[in-house]
Amino acid sequence: MMRFATLIKNPADWMKGTGPHSEIVMTSRVRLARNLRGFPFPGFSQERQRVDLLEQVRPVVEQLPEMRDGYSEDYTDLSKIRKQVLVERHLVSREHAARSSGCAVVVDRKQSISIMINEEDHFRIQGIRPGLNLHSAYELVDRVDSELESGLPFAFDSKLGYLTACPTNLGTGMRASVMLHLPALVLTEQINPVIKAVGKIGLAVRGLYGEGTEALGNLFQISNQHTLGEAEPEIIAQIEKVIEGVVRSEQNARAKLKEDHHTMLQDQVGRAYAILRYAHVLSSKEALNLLSMLRLGADLDLVGNCDRSLIDMMLLEIQPAHLQLNAARELSPDERDSMRAEITRARLQSIHGPGSFPTSQSTPGGPPSAPNDE
Amino acid sequence: MKCDVCENEASVFLTQIINGQMTTVNLCESCSKAKGVTEETGFGLAEAFLTPSMRSEDSMEVVCNACGFTASQLKKIGRMGCPECYHSFREGLDGLLRNMHKGTRHVGKRPASVGGTAPQLLPRQRTSVVREETSTPPPPPLPVPAQAQPSDVSKLRADLDLAVKEERYEDAAKLKAEIERLQPKAPSK
Repeated sequence: MMRFATLIKNPADWMKGTGPHSEIVMTSRVRLARNLRGFPFPGFSQERQRVDLLEQVRPVVEQLPEMRDGYSEDYTDLSKIRKQVLVERHLVSREHAARSSGCAVVVDRKQSISIMINEEDHFRIQGIRPGLNLHSAYELVDRVDSELESGLPFAFDSKLGYLTACPTNLGTGMRASVMLHLPALVLTEQINPVIKAVGKIGLAVRGLYGEGTEALGNLFQISNQHTLGEAEPEIIAQIEKVIEGVVRSEQNARAKLKEDHHTMLQDQVGRAYAILRYAHVLSSKEALNLLSMLRLGADLDLVGNCDRSLIDMMLLEIQPAHLQLNAARELSPDERDSMRAEITRARLQSIHGPGSFPTSQSTPGGPPSAPNDE
Repeated sequence: MKCDVCENEASVFLTQIINGQMTTVNLCESCSKAKGVTEETGFGLAEAFLTPSMRSEDSMEVVCNACGFTASQLKKIGRMGCPECYHSFREGLDGLLRNMHKGTRHVGKRPASVGGTAPQLLPRQRTSVVREETSTPPPPPLPVPAQAQPSDVSKLRADLDLAVKEERYEDAAKLKAEIERLQPKAPSK
């Protein structure tokens, strides 16, 4: 199996900044909650029971064809920082990372599939794809689920569906979520009506790291709340339809910014570049918000030779656990802020600032063209 | 503002988060007393307003016989103790689920072992790859503990009885069809 260092060294499949609408949609994730019949849920079981269950099911998970040469780790062998790195990479949940004995995570080589054992449910099977692609993320987890169920007796009721610790996950046990970068909707102050409208159709809008987190860096997660009474493809189709609407709003807002507020836009992007390029102290919040502006600038061709994936990698590198992993020790918040600035200064050396680019307003407006949807 | 129970002017306003859902109740003076809301121990709004079957009376509290989880624990943490709890605490569950979800009946994927499932055909799938994964060695079977769930059929029967009792004939018909599908020549009990 793969070592932690190897896992982290390689960028995940979904970090390459590709996929449908990847200028706005960062990732599409689908997770399934599954439990074993006859065992208490992790939250209501003894440590001994969790350890027993883990010992029995972990080999089954590791032997999945998808998990060949993957990464598998028992949480008792994993430091706090390493667990936090997995959270920052969206491979495990914050709730799972907070647990220890009796818990483990198994991740495939490409970091597209992760299976958490003994989270709130016995299994949380997660698939991540870049861009707007919930279909393909669902295919990943659906396949893994079918393979697992051939050897494990999952708790299922013909009326209630898959039985989960929390009734809010009952039925399909499926949560499909999409991470969106919506700087133009925020800048043009249209974000609140959009969030409200999305909420009204029964979808949840959250910040970067899920429930109760702030929408730092103009990053928003939209996911389904209902899991019972609708089939998986229906739920996914509905979310994709809503997301396509949000993507259109963001594209329109970007076009409007470019046309009507070009100076303000250039100013914001230019300031973001300048601070990231020359600052020596950067808080996590400030860096995320500046990187958001830089990403917008790159998407609108205001920043020369700036690859989106470079910014997306930076979004990970500047996070607290990644910084500490890189430094190979625990860092105080002050140390982290200076280390963070060190990274952005270094990474931006190879990017020409927005000033070195033609600034005429005659550049054709209109929404940025979507990348090829292959 | 009017009292939620009678027509009098409300003077007691209570907001509680139950299972992540914010509930606001407006009551007049006398109704709030009648419901015990103003008493020190009377903050169990759920007790006063949720279905009576979900109430816990110390002596007669519903307990899951598979895992020992109690109705009051369920109410407190909003989560079940084990899969069997859904059966043990099934009374009042429909109402809870109706507030939470689009429906109260699962219509999605089913495990192959439970009557099988038609493969999920995704509407926008371009190059659909139908997997016939038979080459992988089956993983070692997991021992199922003694207190396993009653079979799905017997559970369906219980649901059917309940549906008839509650005069939900549409549900009853569906349940009956389901039972017949699972056990075509089932002996009548």
